[in-house]
Amino acid sequence: MSVLVPRSLSEALDLLRSDPSATLLAGGTDLMVEINLHDRRPRSVVSLSRIDELKTFHVGDDVVTIGAAVPYADMEHGPLAEALPALAQAARTVGSPQIRAAGTLGGNLGTCSPAGDGLPVLAALDAVVHVVGPDGDRHIPFNDFMVGVKRNSLAGGEIIRSVSIPRSDCWQGYAKVGSRNAMVIATASLCLSRSSSSVTVALGAVGPTIIRAIDAESWLADACDLSLKVPSDVASEFADRVAASARPIDDHRSTAAYRRHAVRVLARRLLERSES
Amino acid sequence: MTTAVSTRLRQGTLGTSAVRPDANAKVSGSFAFSSDMWADGMLWGATLRSPHPRARVVSIDVSAALAIDGVSCVITADDVPGQLTYGLIAQDQPVFARIGDEVRYVGEPVAAVAADHPETCRRALAAIRVDYEVLDPITDPEVCIAGTEDLLHPDGNIFREQRVVHGDQSITGEVVVEGTYVIGMQDQAFLGLEAALALPDHDGSGVELYIATQWLHEDRKQIAACLGLPEEKVRLVLGGVGGAFGAREDISLQVHTCLLALRTGRPVRIAYDREESFYGHVHRHPASIWMRHHADRDGRIRRVEARVVFDGGAYCSTSPAVLVNGISQIQGPYKCPSALVESWAVRTNNPPCGAMRGFGVVQACFAHESQMDKLAAAIGVDPVEIRLRNAMETGDVLVTGQIVDDVAPVERCIRETAALPMPPLSPDSDDYRDIPGGSGLTADRRHIRRGVGWGVSIKNLMYSEGFDDYSTARCRMDDGVVTVKFATAEVGQGFVMLAQQIARSVLGVDEVLLDTIDTQIGSAGSTSASRQTWMSGGAVDAACRAVRERLLDLVADRDGLDRSSLTIDDLDITDGLSYRRSVVDAARGLRIDETAEYRHPPTEDLDQNGQGNCHVAFAFVAHRAVVDVDVDLGLVKVVQVATAQDVGRVLNPLSCVGQVEGGIAQGLGLAVMEEIVVADGLVRNPSFTDYLLPTFLDAPEVVATFIEEFEPKSPLGAKGVGEPPCISVTPAIVNAIRQATGRDLPRVPVRPSDICL
Repeated sequence: MSVLVPRSLSEALDLLRSDPSATLLAGGTDLMVEINLHDRRPRSVVSLSRIDELKTFHVGDDVVTIGAAVPYADMEHGPLAEALPALAQAARTVGSPQIRAAGTLGGNLGTCSPAGDGLPVLAALDAVVHVVGPDGDRHIPFNDFMVGVKRNSLAGGEIIRSVSIPRSDCWQGYAKVGSRNAMVIATASLCLSRSSSSVTVALGAVGPTIIRAIDAESWLADACDLSLKVPSDVASEFADRVAASARPIDDHRSTAAYRRHAVRVLARRLLERSES
Repeated sequence: MTTAVSTRLRQGTLGTSAVRPDANAKVSGSFAFSSDMWADGMLWGATLRSPHPRARVVSIDVSAALAIDGVSCVITADDVPGQLTYGLIAQDQPVFARIGDEVRYVGEPVAAVAADHPETCRRALAAIRVDYEVLDPITDPEVCIAGTEDLLHPDGNIFREQRVVHGDQSITGEVVVEGTYVIGMQDQAFLGLEAALALPDHDGSGVELYIATQWLHEDRKQIAACLGLPEEKVRLVLGGVGGAFGAREDISLQVHTCLLALRTGRPVRIAYDREESFYGHVHRHPASIWMRHHADRDGRIRRVEARVVFDGGAYCSTSPAVLVNGISQIQGPYKCPSALVESWAVRTNNPPCGAMRGFGVVQACFAHESQMDKLAAAIGVDPVEIRLRNAMETGDVLVTGQIVDDVAPVERCIRETAALPMPPLSPDSDDYRDIPGGSGLTADRRHIRRGVGWGVSIKNLMYSEGFDDYSTARCRMDDGVVTVKFATAEVGQGFVMLAQQIARSVLGVDEVLLDTIDTQIGSAGSTSASRQTWMSGGAVDAACRAVRERLLDLVADRDGLDRSSLTIDDLDITDGLSYRRSVVDAARGLRIDETAEYRHPPTEDLDQNGQGNCHVAFAFVAHRAVVDVDVDLGLVKVVQVATAQDVGRVLNPLSCVGQVEGGIAQGLGLAVMEEIVVADGLVRNPSFTDYLLPTFLDAPEVVATFIEEFEPKSPLGAKGVGEPPCISVTPAIVNAIRQATGRDLPRVPVRPSDICL
C-alpha cells in the first residue's frame, strides 16, 4: 500500500488523475477501521492531511465555509461553534476527544454514512458541498450530494474542498440518541432549525440517507405561527409527521420501531427547546 | 516514665496503600504487555477460523498458502503430535477441527500459519481452501434440554444437569412471587489482547512460552499434552497481562503458537486483534432463570424454587462449575429453609462460554434480587426492609446444606450501605454530562425520573467441589536481600504489590525483590475465584514466616541470644532488652531459603440432590444504585452506587477501592449496555464500536465502605475482594430503573426500547 501526501489541492488532483483508483484519506476514522478490520485493502491512499487550504475555515457575514480537512475538535468551541451551535453540538458527539482531533467533515461527506454525526446539520441548514475535479469546480447542495447508503454524487477524480453553510438568525439545535452516554454510533439523530416563519428538520441514522422531513416542515409552517409558541397538539402532530418520514431498519444496534420512536421524541423536544 | 507506642503502620506494609511495583511503568506506558513481546528472527502466526456455527469439514487444501513467498508453514489437526483436544474440565475442544469432524461455533480454529509478516499471514489464511458441509446449528438451549437425537459432540449436548432438593418439600408460602429472568452474553473485554511468544529449544525438544494467562501451570499441563511433550519440556513465563476477568482461564493461542515455533524452529508470535479476541476466548454464560419465592406474611423466605438454564456454547470449558456456583447460591445472602432447583448447562452452536468475574453467581443474583423487590412489593415493605428481614448470618445454611461458618455480616453490609450519603436530588447545573443521553443532548432535566434500587449478594471464594486448590511460594533471604517467588499470575489485580507488603510486614524489611513469574516453582493455582489474596497470600505469608523463624534461630545461635525472646519489631530484631539490630544488618552473611504451600480445607462434590459442602468460604456485599432515567427515550445515567463490602480485613485500601470501582463499572455494563449479540450462532458486534463498554460519562460516583471483621479461616484475615463488586450492582441498577419506570425489565442488559416501547 502506498500512501501519498500531497501539499496542495492541485497536487492531490494530479495524483488522483494518475491513479483514479486511489483512496482519499481525511482523518481515517472510517478508513482506518475498515483497513484494521481487513474489509478494505486500498492499493494506494492519498492523504489530505497536509493540504493547508483544506484545513482552514472562514466565518463570514452571510456564510460559513469549512475546509474538508478541518477536524471536529475545531467545531466544538470558538468561532465555528458560535456561528453554528448545532454543528458544535454534533461535533461533541463524535467519538472521543482523540477521534474528534482526527475526524473531519470532509471525511464524513466522503463516507456518507447515514449515521455520520455532522450530516444532519448540513442537511437542515441547507449546506452546499464544494468539490474540485478534473472538469472544474462543482457546488452541490448537500441534499443532492448524498444519494444512498455510503454513496455520494462525487465523480471520479473529484475531491471535496469545503462546505458552506448560510448564516441566519434561526435557532438551531442537534440531538443524538445512542445506547451509551458518549462515544457511540447514533441510533437516531436530528437537527432542527427554526426561524419565525419556517422550520427545517433533518434525520440521521434512520434511513439510507440523511432525511429532510419536508412534509412535516411545510405542514408545521402552515399549521401555526412560528413566531409564537407552538401549541401542544400541533407540536405533537409535527413530531408524528417527522417520525413518519423516517425509513429505519432493524439491526444489531437497535430496532426500526425504537428509531422511529426516538425521532418522534427528539422532534418534539427540539421544537420545545427552540422556544426555551 | 511512659513510652508512647506507635501504632502507625509502616508505609508499604499490610494495611497501607503500598504503591504497586509496576505502577510507574503502567502509567507512563513503558510496561511490556504480552502484545509488546518481540524476538530476533521471529515469525508471525495467525489462525484460520470457521465462518459457520456448525459444519462438517470435508477437506482442507493448504497448498496455495504454502506457495506464498514468506510463508514458513501451515498446520492443521494432522500436525498436532499429542492430544488432539484440550479443556479445563472435559477435554472436548479440538486444537484444530479435523477433516470429517464438525466445527461447532463461528471462530473455531481450523488451521494456523507462520509467516514473515502479519500481512503475509493474512494472505496465507485467505489462500487456504476449506470445504465445509454446512449443517443446521442448534442455538436454543431448550432444544438440548428437551432431548434431541441430534448430538453436537460425542460427549453429548448436556454439560451438566443438577438438581438441588433441600429441606421440607411440602413448604409453601402465604405470599408467592415468581418471574423469569434473562441474562445476555457479556464479554470480559480486557484491554490487553491475547498475545504469546513461543521460543523453541535449539534441539527442538522443548519450548518456552511467554503468555498472558491466569494460570501458568494449568496452561502448561494442557499445552504439553497437546504437544506430546513431558511437562518439564514446556516452560511458561508470564507475559504482561492487561486484564483477564476469567477470559484467560481457557487455552486460546497457546498450543497454536508452540506448534508453529516447534515446526519452524523459530520464535513465533501470535497476537489477536479485537475482533479475533471476541472469537478467541469464552464469555459469560447467557442464562434464563425462572424463580418462585414462597414467604410468610412478614416476607420471611420459606422456600425457593428455580429452573436455571446456562447456555455453555460449543465446548465445555468451566460450564459445570459455573452452573454449580450459580445454583448453590441462588437463595442469595438470605435464610432459606427449603428449595427445589432444576438446572442445566448445555452445549449449543453458540460461542463457548466459561469463566467471567462472578462465575455463575452474577446470573443467579440478577434473578434473586429481582425477586426480592417483587417480594417487598407483595408484602408492602421497602427493599431494604425485606432484605434485612431475611439477611443470612454465620451458621445459616445454604440450599446445598452447607453451613456458612464464615463471618457473614449481611445485615451490616445493608445497614452501612444505607447509611452512606445519597447524591443531591438534582444537580444545580444542567451540564449534559450529568443527564441521561450525555453528549447527545437528548434530554433536559424535566424529562428525567430518578430511581433507587438495591442488590445484595453472596459469593463463594476459591475453587469448589473437591478441587485440590493450593498455592506455592518461595522466600529467600540472602545477605539481607529478600526475594519472593511464585507462579501467581499478576493480571492487574496487584498480587505483586501484596506479596511485597506481606514480606515487609513479616520480615521487617522495606526492600523486597520479586522473582520472575514462571513455571520454575510449584503451581499457584488460578488468578480466579477471588482466591489469590487468600491462597497465594497464604503461601507467601507462610514462606516468609518460615524464613523469619529460621533467621531468628540463626541470629540467636550466632549472637548468643535467647531464641525465645527474639522478635522482629518494625525493621529491627530485638530481644526486648539490650539487643536491637536492624533485620538487614543482622542478616548479613546468612542465606535462608524456604518454600511453602498453602492449602485450604477440602471441599466435596454435590450429591444427586445437590447437597454437599462444596464451597470453601463466602464474601458478602450490598449495593445501592441511584439512576436517572429518560423514560421517553429509555436512556439511563447511573448517578451513584453506594456499597459496603465484607472484606475481612483491608490489606491495601487503594487497591480495594480499585476493585470496587472497576467491578461496579463492569456490573453497570451488564445492566445497561454490554452484550455480545448472537443471532443464529453469528456474533453481530465483535468490535468496541458495537460492543459497548461504559465510558467515563457512564461510570457513576462510587461511595464505598469496607466491613472489616477478621476472617479466622483466612491466613491474613482477609477475604477476596475481586468478584463481589460486580455481582449485585447489576440488579441494584435494574431495580432502580424499575422503580423509576414501573417497568418489569426481566432482561439484562436493559435496552432503551425495553424502557420506552
